[in-house]
Amino acid sequence: MFLITEKKNYTTGVMKGIKAAIPIAIGYFPIAIAFGVISVQSGISLIQATSMSLMVFAGASQFMAAGMIGSGAGAGEIILATFILNLRHFIMSMTVMHRFRNLSKKSTAALAFGVTDETFAVLSMKEENSDLQEEKLFAASLILTSYASWVIGTIIGGIFVDVIPQSISASMSVGLYAMFIGLLVPAVRESWKTGIIAVSGMALCWIFSRFMDTGWAIILATILAGLIGVGKNERCD
Amino acid sequence: MNDVTSMNNSNNISIYAIIIGMAIVTYIPRVLPVFIMERFKMPKWVNRWLQSIPYAALGALIFPGILTVDSEVPAIGFIGGVVALIISWFKVNVIFSVLGSILAVMIAKMFI
Repeated sequence: MFLITEKKNYTTGVMKGIKAAIPIAIGYFPIAIAFGVISVQSGISLIQATSMSLMVFAGASQFMAAGMIGSGAGAGEIILATFILNLRHFIMSMTVMHRFRNLSKKSTAALAFGVTDETFAVLSMKEENSDLQEEKLFAASLILTSYASWVIGTIIGGIFVDVIPQSISASMSVGLYAMFIGLLVPAVRESWKTGIIAVSGMALCWIFSRFMDTGWAIILATILAGLIGVGKNERCD
Repeated sequence: MNDVTSMNNSNNISIYAIIIGMAIVTYIPRVLPVFIMERFKMPKWVNRWLQSIPYAALGALIFPGILTVDSEVPAIGFIGGVVALIISWFKVNVIFSVLGSILAVMIAKMFI
């Protein structure tokens, strides 16, 4: 009896995680292919590009690095730019780890590697599950599915550099934005205050991006627009 | 082809050094909250702030980034966004918004 319940949790958690990752995997795949293509074109080997996807797993910074390596930038310069661009994951990981505060540190330290804009978006919009084991398996399978898409896409792009039409991957890059919109809209429909926070995030990011790098603009806009939410629901708590 | 193969070893080593450096500075911000979050009990306002972060972040990630889907024609990304907005309004699975907007952008690129 005990075994059966555990097994059910095991499969439902994993299946739900894979299912929730499908939009991410579809969005990542063409972008990862484009990354593989661009890397090889900038003089990075297939193995190096694959290593980067395996070890860094942060799309925008990998594209930037490929471009910078291609133009002969120094290692320090590239690593610093990567740090700044990916610092936004600190804020996102705070939200994710707040949700997973009851999981073991070993698990959360492993899950932390998989916090990207997209996995964060899906993980943080999902309702909290009191079943810790299922919650953990959901997160792990969601991250692994997304990760697999990212790594396999990179390899395919790196191998088939000359065959892949750029136009297809260009059209598909809208997919991840559509996923963000698809996650946001139902939340806004339920509470218009959520919409105010999100639109403030957009407006602030747009203003900041005129004066600073994208990474900083997203960080500052997220922190400030998030503060609007501090004032809301004062009585409902 | 020879450009790639003729790259010397020191260059290869430095690319791996770059990758390892990138991996470290990318993981640190991701993992730091694991150790920070339980150190001290969060005041209520911080909890409310963290709960608002997803919406703020989604907003900041969507705009103005979506306009760069086609960096020469910002309208193309905008069209894709509007299509995603309309589809997701009907509370369908996210995947339909993703596929619908990709299709819309492909069609838009044919005309613009």
